[in-house]
Amino acid sequence: MNAQGRNYPGINLDHEPQTHAEAEEKVFGFWVFLMSDLVLFALLFATYATMTGATAGGPSGGDVFELKSTMIETGLLLASSFTFGMASLEIKYGGKGRLFAWLAVTLLFGALFLGFEWRDFATMIAQGAPPSRSGFLSAFFVLVGTHGLHVTAGCVWIVVMMAQIAVFGTARDVKIRMLRLGLFWHFLDIVWIAIFSVVYLPGLVR
Amino acid sequence: MSGADLWHLLFGKLSADALPFYSAIAATAAGVVVCGALGAALLITWLGRWRYLWREWFTSLDHKKIGIMYVVLSLVMLARAVVEACMMRMQQAVAFDSAGFLPPDHFAQLFTTHGTIMIFFMAMPFLTGLINFVMPLQIGARDVSFPMMNSVSLGLTTAGAGLMMVSLVLGKFSTGGWSGYPPYTELGFNPGVGPDYWIWAVTLSSLGSTLTGINFAVTIYKRRAPGMTLFRMPLFCWTALCASILMIFAMPPLTVATALLACDRYLGMHFFTNSLGGNMMNFANLFWLFGHPEVYILILPPFGVWSEVIANFSAKYLYGYRSLVYATMAIAVLSFTVWVHHFFTMGQSADVNAAFGIATMLIGIPTGVKIYDWMLTLFRGRVRFTVPMLYALAFLLLFPLGGLTGILLANPAVDYQVHNTLFLVAHFHNMLIPGLLFGMLAGYHYWFPKAFGFRLDEVWGRIAFALWVAGFVLAFMPLYALGLMAMPRRTDAFFEAAYLPYTLVAAFGALLILAALVSLCVQVWVSVRRRRETEVFAGDPWNGRTLEWATSSPPPDYNFAVLPQVEGRDAFWLMKQDGRAYRTPDRYEDIEVPRNSAMGPVVGMAGAAAGFALVWHIGWLAIIGVLTMGGALIARSFVRHTTRTIAADEVRRIEARWRDAVAASPGVTRDDETTPANRGHAAMEVA
Repeated sequence: MNAQGRNYPGINLDHEPQTHAEAEEKVFGFWVFLMSDLVLFALLFATYATMTGATAGGPSGGDVFELKSTMIETGLLLASSFTFGMASLEIKYGGKGRLFAWLAVTLLFGALFLGFEWRDFATMIAQGAPPSRSGFLSAFFVLVGTHGLHVTAGCVWIVVMMAQIAVFGTARDVKIRMLRLGLFWHFLDIVWIAIFSVVYLPGLVR
Repeated sequence: MSGADLWHLLFGKLSADALPFYSAIAATAAGVVVCGALGAALLITWLGRWRYLWREWFTSLDHKKIGIMYVVLSLVMLARAVVEACMMRMQQAVAFDSAGFLPPDHFAQLFTTHGTIMIFFMAMPFLTGLINFVMPLQIGARDVSFPMMNSVSLGLTTAGAGLMMVSLVLGKFSTGGWSGYPPYTELGFNPGVGPDYWIWAVTLSSLGSTLTGINFAVTIYKRRAPGMTLFRMPLFCWTALCASILMIFAMPPLTVATALLACDRYLGMHFFTNSLGGNMMNFANLFWLFGHPEVYILILPPFGVWSEVIANFSAKYLYGYRSLVYATMAIAVLSFTVWVHHFFTMGQSADVNAAFGIATMLIGIPTGVKIYDWMLTLFRGRVRFTVPMLYALAFLLLFPLGGLTGILLANPAVDYQVHNTLFLVAHFHNMLIPGLLFGMLAGYHYWFPKAFGFRLDEVWGRIAFALWVAGFVLAFMPLYALGLMAMPRRTDAFFEAAYLPYTLVAAFGALLILAALVSLCVQVWVSVRRRRETEVFAGDPWNGRTLEWATSSPPPDYNFAVLPQVEGRDAFWLMKQDGRAYRTPDRYEDIEVPRNSAMGPVVGMAGAAAGFALVWHIGWLAIIGVLTMGGALIARSFVRHTTRTIAADEVRRIEARWRDAVAASPGVTRDDETTPANRGHAAMEVA
């Protein structure tokens, strides 16, 4: 295989073979981690699915879910995936200022998403639907909340990456970390789509 | 704020009541833990070895040292869990028509800690340690893919083990068994701290194991030496790979199960409660979605050890290598399809039970393939009865017996008769002691000279072996009979006279196992004292076949000065045949190895602090612990000098010293390999 053939697929890193070799191992490891994380979500989904009827006389999904807020959250998260994609492109074309800007926009969308989610949760609790009310609500809060925790971790990670870009520029290790952060961020989008389809839509249709 | 409020703010639920003065036995156990810890600390201080331990061991990212630390941890925990097992056997021997010496609550704690420790803090660290030490050497790598994460995994596992030890001193442990079933572990049944200890100890170790699985799998996929194709890997690496994949997929269900149980207990949720929509069947499913693959995480690496030991001490290529690989993979896949057989009696339909029963029986097929392959490897081999080989032979006789009782239990109709009896206890101990523990001990004897540069004493090894086997047979065969006589498991007292002879024999067997453990300690003592007679620095004491024997004992930090070129299966054997072994390379290069890092100990200590704080509801400490873990991770990402370079000249010096030792050692024939003539340089003999 020539050097070209070993290049790490995805966004362009640079022309150093060492970068590609390192990315190969580290990004592969991160894929494996995501796989493990996905099992975790799969089980939370399964638990939720078995508990949708376990409302114990309390509110069901249709009573407390709010379509407008959920749509806004979905829009924010999808938009943040797009802006992260723009940030990834900036790694290739090397504009440090614009890379910074796109990351900041991504962070803003992520934070807004968390804000809306927090408001949803607060509203539900105020309406007498806290997680301790029923098995169904426990499963709902833990599933959606685990995704929210992941987004929070992603936001912290974005801040760390902005600091690293400020200190180190787009060095090799920074680029490989950005690759992994990208996987993580888009992964959270996919999980959200599943949450939207499995949790909110059926809850509201009923 | 009153004094009580302040106390609660600072120390949570901790109080003088947490101390175990309610029972002489519990107080003694706590005393042993405290004195043991203080004694060890004082000894290290007296020897002035703290700095050495910190620099050379705790902060080391060398996979070999991390592996050794895992094994040490597992042996310490093994000692505690064996003592607990003896106490339970003694109780059942004297508790006929009487209360015995253990109150029911204490007995329940004992079977819970015994199981939890044996699985999570004996078996898992032992096999993780062996894989850590051996696998990178066998694939011709210089380290694992993520050395720092490796150290963090060890830190998290040790933190969990530490919580288990603290639970002996402060508070009472869970009484819900190692599987932690609600409602026994729910707030309504047990509002104490016991289930919380179980939750956080297990969670810490399962996080560590998830990271370990990722690390090993990536290492095997990405770090193999040139020419080391997957189908040239030693079988131990195959089993390590399959076990790692199982860890990646099977540890998350455990994390979810313990996390949801924690949500119930801490946040008043209703996942597994008896009210407001909770459903404990979800716990059973989640737990065994982990629990059954876990059985194969435990048994596959020992299968790898057997493959290495039997081939090596028969001086033959492993018979049916490919079939062994496929059998390993088949077992790994099937392990995800059988979890319901752990609760056949819990109310699903007969059809569901039948499907899972058939899937369970299917696992007997690939396992049978393996047994035959090992037997055919022995056939017409040049068999030497060294200690690892003795364990292998005991395994080949005893393990299929456990397998056959497993096939019985796989039939739901039979399972209905014997579930929750000692028959089940006999079955899984029959799998895990001859299968897993003997395998780990065989691996320990086999690779000990590689790790420390001298061989273990054969005589004490044989004594320990004889005691293990006799102890196992006497302690567990009676349990099959007791199970068929319907004696329930986890019983602290009984009134059926017919049980008594069997429980007496079982208690005697347990004492033999305790004696076996003592013999292993004596063996270490004797071996260390005689280490000059059994020194094998040259590195190949067993006329080895795989790459770990192509290095000095102990191997240098960088493992291989030049990455080996692999030409086929049993790579080192081929090198010796072709005269390529021990050849001096044309030139040496600088080698980068990971620099030491305090991340592992820091994350481990913070994790232990957070776990302890959550058990006792000490809010501030839990927050500090969790923030420290996250903060350490972020801080580490700003450290850029993560490797150190060993200069080519230094490598040349180290390698020259080793080659001189090889040249100076007379070649030893297989007949003499357990005598002082063995200096770690094998003579070439006709196979």
